[in-house]
Parts: sequence; structure tokens; C-alpha cells
Amino acid sequence: MVKSLLRSILQKLTANPFSRKSHVKLGLYGPPNGGKSTLANRICTDWLGEEMSSVSHIAHETREIVIKEQVTIKNKRGKELTFSLVDTPGIATKIDYEEFLRKGLNKVEAKKRAKEATKGVIDSIKWLDNMDSVVVVLDATIDPYSQVNITIIGNLQARNIPVIIAANKVDLRKANTDLINAAFPQYPVIGISAKYGKNVEDFYEQIFKVVK
Amino acid sequence: MVTFQFIPYQDIDTLTSAKRINKLLNIVKDNRIVIMEGRLTKQEEADLIEITMEEIGPKFKGIELSVIYPDKNTQDVGQKLKNTFASILLGDRLGLTIIGPASIVKKIEKNPDKIELFTKELSANIGRFTKKAKYG
Repeated sequence: MVKSLLRSILQKLTANPFSRKSHVKLGLYGPPNGGKSTLANRICTDWLGEEMSSVSHIAHETREIVIKEQVTIKNKRGKELTFSLVDTPGIATKIDYEEFLRKGLNKVEAKKRAKEATKGVIDSIKWLDNMDSVVVVLDATIDPYSQVNITIIGNLQARNIPVIIAANKVDLRKANTDLINAAFPQYPVIGISAKYGKNVEDFYEQIFKVVK
Repeated sequence: MVTFQFIPYQDIDTLTSAKRINKLLNIVKDNRIVIMEGRLTKQEEADLIEITMEEIGPKFKGIELSVIYPDKNTQDVGQKLKNTFASILLGDRLGLTIIGPASIVKKIEKNPDKIELFTKELSANIGRFTKKAKYG
């Protein structure tokens, strides 16, 4: 403990106060199936030329924290921003393995997925403290007034973590970005389609404004 | 049959966060729907989700959670001051927290003015809590 305290003091003394923070962590948070991994893949494909996470129509596809280091994005004025992108498992208050059965998984797979999903939710919550900025990815076709959304955003606010809300799936007819704006008026809300890349330029510009 | 259990704020006021969460979860795990006066802190809400996940198993599938709280943006300065002093002296008793077992509560729909609770057995709206009724 003394060793780690000394190391932390030494790091603070040797750090250049004028240098830009080099290990900014940008987290993707939200309920399951909002499109966090699709957005992670969009960002990585656009800027690194490769995908980051696997996606699925079955909820809780991402059950472990996935990190992509050194993602550098560039804005219209040529300014660069480098961060570690953290794709997190969706946060939920319930996990029912029978729902996975209905989606076509067998009993063993469904039980395994449910067990891993519960651990994933716990990890996501524990990782909140490690984030420098967060994109909350919400499905714009679903009612945003869920307690999970409010709890996630409330916890980010309590930790003074800057937030962008990505209202995803605007390519779908049912999408309603205005409702998300009304639910969370204190945060910038950007309507995007991570799947088709719609409006992602505005989203990247917003990252420059918010990421600290 | 669906059973509701009302928890007045004074029942949890002196408890630590861990004990508050345990008390609420134990009721929910007993297949009762908690209606609690006031609300948990943001950290406690996150802890509640975390502990719920740890408890999930064959018999417990998790919870449905919803909080109704007065919109501070619609309050005048006098009301805000009054509520702030009341919170300091008596704790955050404003609002209503509803927690139900996911095996019984299908969903809790909320918009700024009301909460609607749907159960799996009845698949129908069985309860409606409006701001007007509580705060009007």
C-alpha cells in the first residue's frame, strides 16, 4: 500500500502539467441492445479500419469489458483526439435465461449467457469510476424514461463524468430523438445510426467538445 | 395475487446503504412489490443493481425499478428552498420508489407524470401512480 502511494506521488511529481492527458478512457454505456458494440465497430472501422466487438440481435452479446487502445479521431479542422474506447456490457436490472431460450439458444448456452451477463452488468458498474467521458447509447425507438437509463446518467452526473447521449437507430421509422432530448435536456443528444453511419460526423464533433 | 409493501422513509432512514438495499431486496425476493417513500441515492441505485445481479439465480430473475420524483425545474425558488431544508433535516423523503420482482412485474412504464405497473400474471395495468395524486 505504501509502495503504491509512493508511486502515485512520484507519478504526480513527474507528470508534465501542460501535457494533454494521454490515457483518456471513453466509455460506451447503456442498456442491452442499444447498439453500443455497433457504435464501437463504427468508430473503429472509421478510424482504425477494423471492427472491435461482435454484435447480435440477442441481448447481452457483450458480456465482458472490451477495450481498444489508441483510437485517434480527427475533426474538420484537422485537430486530433486520442482515447481508449471501452465497450461495456449492457446494464440491466433483470436477466432471464428463458428469454435467451426464446431467441434460439439451447438450455446450456442460455444459462451460461445469463450467468456471464450478470457478471458483465457488475463489471460495467464497477468500471464507471475509470471513465473520463461516456457516450450513453440509447435505442431511439424505445421509451427513454427507464430507471436504468436514469440511474446510469445519474451516476455519471454524480461522478462529474462528461456525457454525450447517442440516440441510436434513427434509421428506423419508430425512432424519436425528440423524446430523448426531452428526457435528458441537460446533455447533448445526437441522433445517429451506428449501423449505417448516419450523422456520425456530428457525433465525432461532439466528442471533441465533451471529451476531457 | 400481487402484494405491495409500503416502506415509510423512517424505516430506512437510520440504516446504512448496505442494510437499506438488503432490506428492500429481501422483500422483493419474497415476491412482494416495494413502494418506498423517498428514493435511494444514485450510488445506492447502482449498488442495488449490482447486488441484484449477484443474487440472480433459478428462483430470482432480478427486479423492475422505477422512481417518481418531483421535477425541480417546475418548482419555484421558495419550494426549492423548502425542499432543500426538509431534505437536510428529515432526509430525502420526496418521491416514491417502486421495486418489484421481475418474475411478477413485467414492466414499469414511466413518463414525467405517471408510473404504470404491469404484472406478468394479469398482463394488465394494475396500478397507476401520478404526480398529481402524490404532490398535487
